Amino acid sequence: MIATQEKEVFDIRELNLWYDTNHALKDIDFPIHEKEVTAIIGPSGCGKSTFIKTLNVMNRTVPGVRIQGEINYRGKNILRPKTDLVELRKQVGMVFQQATPFPKSIYENVAYGPKIHGVHKKSKLNEIVENSLKGVALWEEVKDRLHAPALGLSGGQQQRLCIARALATEPDTILMDEPTSALDPISTMKIEELILELKQKYTIVIVTHNMQQAARVSDKTAFFLMGELIELDETKMLFSNPSDQRTEDYITGRFG
Amino acid sequence: MKSEHSMPTVTSASTRLIKKQKHNPERKGRYIVTTCALLIIIATAAIMIFLTQKGLQSFIGNGLSPLEFLTSANWHPISSGNGEPSYGALSFIFGSFAVTILAAIIAAPLGIGAAIFMTEIAPSWGKKVFQPIIELLVGIPSVVYGFIGLSVLVPFLRSSFGGLGFGLLAGMIVLAIMILPTVTSIATDTLHSLPKGLRDASAAIGATRWQTISRILIPAAMPGLLTAVVLGMARAFGEALAVQMVIGNATSIPNSLTEPAATLTTIITLNMGHTTFGSLENNVLWSLALILLLMSLLFIILIRFLSSRRKYE
Ligand SMILES: Nc1ncnc2c1ncn2[C@@H]1O[C@H](COP(=O)(O)OP(=O)(O)OP(=O)(O)O)[C@@H](O)[C@H]1O
Ligand SMILES: [Mg+2]
Repeated sequence: MIATQEKEVFDIRELNLWYDTNHALKDIDFPIHEKEVTAIIGPSGCGKSTFIKTLNVMNRTVPGVRIQGEINYRGKNILRPKTDLVELRKQVGMVFQQATPFPKSIYENVAYGPKIHGVHKKSKLNEIVENSLKGVALWEEVKDRLHAPALGLSGGQQQRLCIARALATEPDTILMDEPTSALDPISTMKIEELILELKQKYTIVIVTHNMQQAARVSDKTAFFLMGELIELDETKMLFSNPSDQRTEDYITGRFG
Repeated sequence: MKSEHSMPTVTSASTRLIKKQKHNPERKGRYIVTTCALLIIIATAAIMIFLTQKGLQSFIGNGLSPLEFLTSANWHPISSGNGEPSYGALSFIFGSFAVTILAAIIAAPLGIGAAIFMTEIAPSWGKKVFQPIIELLVGIPSVVYGFIGLSVLVPFLRSSFGGLGFGLLAGMIVLAIMILPTVTSIATDTLHSLPKGLRDASAAIGATRWQTISRILIPAAMPGLLTAVVLGMARAFGEALAVQMVIGNATSIPNSLTEPAATLTTIITLNMGHTTFGSLENNVLWSLALILLLMSLLFIILIRFLSSRRKYE
């Protein structure tokens, strides 16, 4: 694969995951580099969501799940039982396919994370809320109704709010599982622009079904198939000159 | 050739079918369901009209002062010795509210707590254990609750707190147990109906399970949880038999939880048998019943209001 000097945020070694007897991730070795956008593509059911959820250990509570291998996040194996998940999730934020604003005000949605992590000073919270909303280009749209219910926002605004909510804990990595698949093209475009903006400061891992999206926003692309990581390469390389036949078949639309 | 032949047959068969349906079962069905609906409306309206008319009789027909009825605790329906009979219902109004609110204060945290346990803490086996318990509690007739209260709870309270054992305390405990299944099952349904993504979203921000429950799930479910409590209160307010068996049926306002009391329902059940229909003594019971009706309307309005405040659905 690619030799880089960039700092690794995640270093995943021989990751295996089973849901009961379903071997959903098979011997995954996967480095994720700082301040890059890594896209994950592959057909439905190949384990994309499972993989990304393992990066902040969201699926350890799924009944019947078994995880083996190492996920080293900044040098520490987070699969160890004594990992501080509160601290990890402060560092590694997540955005889901369905925007899930809490049934609270816009302000409270963004302030939720900082409050959980012990920020209580009003002025500090105000500052975080403003910066986070500015970070997702939502500030201008909502600054006059910060205390209105978040559920009153449009779908695209809700998803940007969810990204702002993830930014509010000052993470260094943001995981996104098909963040635009429920959105219209204009909202999708806004989120894609946002991703390009955010990668100046954050490491981003994004699952997408849309190969054009992967090509537009990502630096590296990984192709998964039936729980295996088939290929991981510079996005340009992977799409122009894939080294594996199965990758080529997938990106040229021969299956999937 | 063949299809040409069969086409008209199919068409005429289906036209006939449509015609027949339209003329026969279609209309008949509509008549039946319309009649059912009308009957229910008529029955409800009849009860309301009758109750209102009977309930107002003691004020209009017998000249009882509504103010005295509502604000005096002096209940002497039969002229005793020298005095005039008096019909102050305040003790029972107080008793009904006291026992209902106290029962809700016990049942709300227990029921909501059990619902949280079932849906959030032990979703795998919690439901399996609690569901049959709840169904069982619902199925037990109120006379059985009253009987158990009378033979176990009342003696226990008598020995622990002194007094007779009959009273508000016994009433509120029996009622709390009776309304617990209502509160628990509606609270459980409410928590279940919250979007599953809320829990993941909160966990992904680093919230612990308890933070998620207390800061996200309970506020999100609040209108539904309040509905659960109000429905429980409506049931408690209207319950007669079990309460009557343990509350002691004293016609004055009790000074403490362990003193006997009475409620609107218990006074009606106790007195409806031996008063003559049409007499003032009997008419005031209808006035008490009218208060019960108004209260149940109030509960319905409250529930309507709460369900309009639901955040999801
Ligand atoms: N919670 C779960 N319990 C049991 N099996 C699961 C669970 N989640 C996923 N799986 C299984 O693991 C495999 C990978 O699923 P996953 O959701 O990771 O796929 P995906 O690549 O994200 O698919 P999609 O593109 O449809 O979102 C599938 O076979 C799926 O059925
Ligand atoms: Mg998925």
